[in-house]
Amino acid sequence: MRNLILNLTLLCLFLSAGCEQQPDVIPAEGDEAKPVRGDTFIEASIGEPSNLLPVLSSDSASSDINGLVYNGLVKYDKNLQLVGELAESWDVSDDNLSITFHLRKDVHWHDGTQFTSADVLFTYQMYIDPDVPTAYAEDFLQVSNAKVIDEYTFRVTYEKPYAPALESWATAIHPKHLLENQEITKSPLSRAPVGTGPYKFVEWDAGEKLVLEANESYFRGQPYISRVVYRIIPDPSTQFLELRSGGLDFMGLTPIQYSTQTDTPSFKRNFNKYRYLAFSYTYLGYNLKKPVFQDKRVRQAISYAIDKQELIDGVLLGFGQIATGPYKPDLWTYNANVKRYQHNPDMSRKLLTEAGWLDNNADGILDKNGQPFSFTIVTNQGNDLRAKTAEIIQRRLKEIGIDVKIRVVEWATFLKEFIFPGNFDTTILGWSGGPEPDQYNIWHSSKTAPRELNFIGYRNPEVDQLLETGRRTFDQERRKEIYDRFQEILAEEQPYTFLYVGEALPAVAKRFRGIEPAPAGIRYNFEEWYVPKPEQKYTR
Amino acid sequence: MINYLLKRIIMMIPLLIGITLISFVVIHLAPGEPTDLQTDLNPKASAEMRERLRERYDLDKPMYVQYGKWLVRLIQFDFGESFSQDHRPVLEKIIERLPITILINVLSILVILAVSIPIGILSAVRRNSLFDRSTTVFVFLGFAMPSFWLALLLMDYLGVRLGLFPIAGLKDIGHEYYNFGRQIWDYVHHLCLPVFVSAFGGLAGFSRYMRSNMLEVIRQDYILTARAKGLSETQVIYKHALRNALLPVITILGLSVPGLIGGSVIFETIFAIPGMGKLFYDGVMMRDYPLIMGVLVIGAVLTLVGNLLADISYALADPRIRRG
Repeated sequence: MRNLILNLTLLCLFLSAGCEQQPDVIPAEGDEAKPVRGDTFIEASIGEPSNLLPVLSSDSASSDINGLVYNGLVKYDKNLQLVGELAESWDVSDDNLSITFHLRKDVHWHDGTQFTSADVLFTYQMYIDPDVPTAYAEDFLQVSNAKVIDEYTFRVTYEKPYAPALESWATAIHPKHLLENQEITKSPLSRAPVGTGPYKFVEWDAGEKLVLEANESYFRGQPYISRVVYRIIPDPSTQFLELRSGGLDFMGLTPIQYSTQTDTPSFKRNFNKYRYLAFSYTYLGYNLKKPVFQDKRVRQAISYAIDKQELIDGVLLGFGQIATGPYKPDLWTYNANVKRYQHNPDMSRKLLTEAGWLDNNADGILDKNGQPFSFTIVTNQGNDLRAKTAEIIQRRLKEIGIDVKIRVVEWATFLKEFIFPGNFDTTILGWSGGPEPDQYNIWHSSKTAPRELNFIGYRNPEVDQLLETGRRTFDQERRKEIYDRFQEILAEEQPYTFLYVGEALPAVAKRFRGIEPAPAGIRYNFEEWYVPKPEQKYTR
Repeated sequence: MINYLLKRIIMMIPLLIGITLISFVVIHLAPGEPTDLQTDLNPKASAEMRERLRERYDLDKPMYVQYGKWLVRLIQFDFGESFSQDHRPVLEKIIERLPITILINVLSILVILAVSIPIGILSAVRRNSLFDRSTTVFVFLGFAMPSFWLALLLMDYLGVRLGLFPIAGLKDIGHEYYNFGRQIWDYVHHLCLPVFVSAFGGLAGFSRYMRSNMLEVIRQDYILTARAKGLSETQVIYKHALRNALLPVITILGLSVPGLIGGSVIFETIFAIPGMGKLFYDGVMMRDYPLIMGVLVIGAVLTLVGNLLADISYALADPRIRRG
């Protein structure tokens, strides 16, 4: 799924997908009323959507809108299990090499044309077409054969078993009859999309707003909320002012907004706040090509010296949990029984002494062979949370005699000059991910070339083996064993010091009912949200 | 005159090419490429795909080839296609943003002129009076105050607490259902705060400039003559002195022509106004070369044209220059 793809984003902490619901909701009276149609839902986007053809866009504004306009063959349900969407059901062959999708027969494109398996085949061909500038071909290039069996049956075959395959079919299906034999980048659909989803595109007022309206012939029934308006408001503080004045019905809050700035009677009267773990974590990564960090004891010592709860309290104001590995603590893949690094400076000193780091010249900084223990944390500009995290770590490491410098660099320069050439000591970054546990690209030793994701240069034959088997295994229990072991090794070796998993903190106008927080967050059942008739605010 | 004009216009061509060449090189020297945003740290993008994308945008070719291709297209008035994911023609993206940027800038210049000219005159005429001193403090307050901070304060007090003004954007959500009069009012209502904030910061420069011009003119002999003739003080100041003091304003207006299409990123971001400043800033952040070059070329042309216009109108307005 586009917005669940592992992808580094500046705002990764505020992704609206996650779990562990602790709703801050005062149940409203009359909730039992029957859902009715009407009203408008207004939300804001920091940036203008780039392109409403999902094959071409990778920004979050576009994928939010595309998520309402298009459907995939499958999707994640409230409990993050894959269920059918345009596909009614599917069969996986005994050798795990092919998947046969049985499509719904009651689906129409927004222009009235019938949806068939030809659209699915066309979408697949478009993604692998070398002339289409998409960043998402990889999953589809694994397919060795795609075939239309009949109007409503579609079969894909893979060369080797590929466990993330099913998830890749959550990709939006594009309309063949409108895109065939055209240059995709010049298609008018990129500004006026036609999909099969619950909402139809109405208008796009460049730089200002984008309007969608309920699809009255949606195959799961017309959604209750009549219109969805995306306002383009680039400044987060302006968004917050708009929210308070009633110009927005939804916004992801920052920790300080959630805890103090919205703690007013008028805000509580008009909004419900929710909190759940986001699909992302922040880490301190060590450049393993540097001799200093090749000693496991040094990395463990630093992990012991950092107080993760202090980071969560200080940086996230308590809205987060300690990360122990790459998976979110409430997912089936999470292994709770791995080595944990409670704050323990004595343990740090002991490990560093074992590794040969001693304060021989009594200047307060450890040294070895005449070299003081000093390194730089580099992180990207524009993410205040990361800079603050670096400062707290700096102070904690000073306590055990390590001198830390901090550099904050503009994003493109950060990647080009520091991360990809391996020109860094340590870095604070985050990964966002989805429910699919495959971490091959981040941890496999074959992915250490320049510009690849294992830029810390982690190499462990057992991890390689586990990752290879993991992505070829379909059985969930078997996969759980594989990824549990993978997490144990990471926890022991600490190639990253895993820091924290932040929470998504959305606020929704109180008149919207039918919101049921679940592991997938709150937006998964948007089609079922409604506003009782007397409370409807926008009549047109 | 015609010869002079022709010469000036022909001289602009090598100047323009120079500007574009330098801009082109500088932008390409910045680390990062347009394709990076889509492919960097994206596990679903392979090395092969990255090359495919680079090839598509000619990024695999040497810089002089890229510049040559760009220049050839430019001569045919083709600004190219944006490298961002919307792949729209650059010209279309710029034209879409121009009207609102120009509108706000023109309004704010009008407000600045309407307020700072009287302030300047009165401060000069009543030099060192209480009025002079208090307006000085006022206009420098505007100059010193960060506009984003003022904007946020006004939005919070006038928008959220008192509910007098809309906070951001250009129109209400239900704008299309309003009648014509209400639509106009809706625009005006939304433009009040942005125009005030952008004008407030510009008052200081202009009113001080006006004040010193006026002081200069009042000291001239012809003012003494006018007074000696027994003209009323009003006639002396508003007829004889003001006309001469306004002359240098023409130069300033000419120089502000390129400023008309340049927006301010911070200001536009805060008020959620889709203007040129934000377009350019986003273009730079995404290394959208054709868009950056398009905005720069238009800006350069306008600067050169603005200078030319200032010179011409100065000559028209001031006989001393015309004859000299």
